[in-house]
Amino acid sequence: MKATPLIGLEVHVELETKSKMFCGCPADHFGKAPNTQTCPVCLGLPGALPVPNKKAIESCIKIGLALNCSINRLSKFDRKQYFYPDLAKGYQISQYDEPFCSNGSVILDSGKEIGIERVHQEEDTGKLQHTTINGEKVTLVDYNRSGVPLVEIVSKPDMSSSVEAKEYLKKIHEIVKTIGVSSADMEKGQMRLEPTVNVRIEDETGTHYTPLAEIKNINSFNFVAQAIEYEVKRQTDEFLKTGIEKSPTNKTTRGYDSVKKVTYLQRTKEEAKDYRYFPEPDIPPFIIEDEVVEQIRKEIPQLPDQVISELVSFGVENRFAKIIWSDEKMLALVLEFRNDTEIDNNKLASLLVNGKIDPEKDVKSQYLSLTKVGNTNKDELEKVVSEIISANPNLVADYKSGKTNLLGFFVGQALKQTKGQADPKTLNEIVTKLLSV
Amino acid sequence: MMKLHELTIKQIHEGYLKKEFTCVDLVKHFQNRIEKINPKLNIYLALNEKALDQAKAIDAEISEKGITRPLLGIPMAIKDNFLTLGIVTTASSNILNGYKPQYESAVTSKLIEAGAIFLGKTNMDSFAHGSSTETSDFGPTLNPWNPEHLPGGSSGGSAAAVAACLATAALGSETAGSIRQPAAWCGVTGFKPSYGRTSRYGCIAMASSTDSPGPLTRNVEDAAIITKVISGKDSRDATTAPALVENYPDLLNRSDLKGIKIALVKEYLLPEMRQDVKDLVLSAAEKLRQLGATVDEISLLDPKYSIGVYTVIQRSEVSSNLSRFDGIRFGHKRDTFCQETKRRIMLGTYTLSAGYYDAFYKKALAVRTKIVEEFNEVFKTYDAIIGAVSPGPALKVGASKNQPMFGEMEDVLLEASSIAGLASAGVPCGFVDGLPIGLQITTDQLQEAKALSIAHCFQKNTDFQLFPDLEKML
Repeated sequence: MKATPLIGLEVHVELETKSKMFCGCPADHFGKAPNTQTCPVCLGLPGALPVPNKKAIESCIKIGLALNCSINRLSKFDRKQYFYPDLAKGYQISQYDEPFCSNGSVILDSGKEIGIERVHQEEDTGKLQHTTINGEKVTLVDYNRSGVPLVEIVSKPDMSSSVEAKEYLKKIHEIVKTIGVSSADMEKGQMRLEPTVNVRIEDETGTHYTPLAEIKNINSFNFVAQAIEYEVKRQTDEFLKTGIEKSPTNKTTRGYDSVKKVTYLQRTKEEAKDYRYFPEPDIPPFIIEDEVVEQIRKEIPQLPDQVISELVSFGVENRFAKIIWSDEKMLALVLEFRNDTEIDNNKLASLLVNGKIDPEKDVKSQYLSLTKVGNTNKDELEKVVSEIISANPNLVADYKSGKTNLLGFFVGQALKQTKGQADPKTLNEIVTKLLSV
Repeated sequence: MMKLHELTIKQIHEGYLKKEFTCVDLVKHFQNRIEKINPKLNIYLALNEKALDQAKAIDAEISEKGITRPLLGIPMAIKDNFLTLGIVTTASSNILNGYKPQYESAVTSKLIEAGAIFLGKTNMDSFAHGSSTETSDFGPTLNPWNPEHLPGGSSGGSAAAVAACLATAALGSETAGSIRQPAAWCGVTGFKPSYGRTSRYGCIAMASSTDSPGPLTRNVEDAAIITKVISGKDSRDATTAPALVENYPDLLNRSDLKGIKIALVKEYLLPEMRQDVKDLVLSAAEKLRQLGATVDEISLLDPKYSIGVYTVIQRSEVSSNLSRFDGIRFGHKRDTFCQETKRRIMLGTYTLSAGYYDAFYKKALAVRTKIVEEFNEVFKTYDAIIGAVSPGPALKVGASKNQPMFGEMEDVLLEASSIAGLASAGVPCGFVDGLPIGLQITTDQLQEAKALSIAHCFQKNTDFQLFPDLEKML
């Protein structure tokens, strides 16, 4: 029997725009006093209307371009309807069948391509806070986060291990940060992860697929990996026990308990929500012209993989390059000295990565003193060594009779003679050679 | 001398300048009438307690600077689905009973800026769901021409306020007929601007893709003045049109209709329509011819298709728009929605459900496109389309009970122009059984000036804009 996991990922990224997705309230909600950044629009008051944030849409398109997506000329917003106390309007403005970006890809280091199905724009919800006031259990709602722009990146189920999933996520994380649309701080909930997992099982009876499970709202790469591993094992075991295969009606939604390291059932398809999507009538559809897309494309800086391969192209080892690109300061230094003939690019990268060079101080003089090479002129040095050998015939005899530790004496004398300017390594070779004559 | 409560905007401004009366006099006069007549007709739901103070300030402004604002000191009635800061706004629904808005709607802000004084908020069909005011949770409004009859709706309170002279003018909103139909049933002028011409920000949404705020007035001139004030691009409503707002009052200067091509829609003379109503429409067409217009009979899609399209799209949008009234906020639970609202939420939820969306909503959108294309074709040749506003005069109180499609049937001649977002004026064109009948003059999107100027020319040359006799109520 052969079991292959099939893993797709939905990633939500909170954009760091100045204002929210559909109103003028500040989008930076982290750590702010509850309900201090709200207005009729994000509170969903009667009569309030959404006006889309141009900057956010540009950021969404930027993410799409960085993930090699095509940008759809025609696009629109839709209402996704469900009830939850943190959802002010009773619907979330999202994109259903005409997202801004579709059909992209991310290339893993192995060269494997992970397909991106779509990148679309939506808005965040408020936050519930369960607490006790005067001995009474209550749930409070904070709408500061309501309406903060979110971009959802949906991959194809192209990953076949938790390792691949983690690499994919790291790449997305790096790209989003690099293009400057979000710091994607996991601890602040700026990046939220939802893997969908099932397993392809091939045995003597043929090929079988286990029922899909979507694991909701995970906030660390490690937890995603753990959840996937648990789920793959659970589904394989379950299939061997029951033989139940994937069907259009048996997809489940699960949660992940990071303490017990297990996934648990949240709802089955029968209980699944019907979101009753329909086009958002308050926002006219968009026509995105090619010139606009090209303008946004120009604003995208070099992406991590491009930077790394560039570093490699001028001699930096891959393992150093991966660390160098992630540190702005180090990257700038390596790039600054890339054409300096006195500096070996890989040596500089290695010294920076290993903390031997303080990037805040004069880097070139640190580099030169760390890599200083002494006098290696063999003729000159042989002359010096010959003189010392001639002056100490007894010690030479002792050396030849077996006192090989006298080598240090000769080298030391030679260094003294040359006032420390001789290259110790070269000197060593010469002393050994002349003593053995 | 004319009575204060019957004056138009222009006449009031003349009176102010000639010091014949003050704004305080006028507001007091209206308040006095409201006190006597309102209990009998149920027009106002809430009154503006600050109206007199505002009138005093306006009198001071007039004596200092004269009249520099287009609606300075004009007493208006506001439909209760427009949020008014500090004045209870309910959309005639118990779920918002006692709700005091935190902000002022875009169009009422513009009215205030132009100097208008709000006398109060007017009754309507609950959440504008209806064409009778009978779905209001606060009882129906009665027709000033005959209190045994309905005023129409959903802007029934606003139409009745103008007809009963309990305000100089009123603000209404139309989703499909909600301005023109009550205006017709109450014998006043109603104007529905194109969709996107007036901002919906702060107007409690009914069907977002067709809601259009507009005025109900004594005459077309007042409608033009108010439309000019409330029109224009609003940065808070993404669906408002950026097109320049023309100076509508100045464009009413036609002395005849020479060169104007008008289409009379055959299908709008419904088989079930009373002959006397048809005759009024035909004689209105004749009048337009006399004024120099050419009037041709044309054929359009059977209006029954508009009913289907409108019903599906509107119910779908309603079910979504009302989900914010989730029973957690605003103080009242969802069971306080009235029967009609519940029915609409259920139908809309059904038409948007997985598996039904394609069969209903998507198909409705496709037919909507057809209707728009058909109008585009007509407006290549014609300046305006005319027809009756409503199949007949105001129906009796109780007529809408147990008639879930009451509104759709009464607005059958208005739905197509609403779902296509056209501009349309409704003006009185005669009476049957002592009740007024209205004529619609509909033009292409953003052709407000054309609709208003044709309607104005018709109105100047006819004599159907009359006042009901309410002396016995005083």
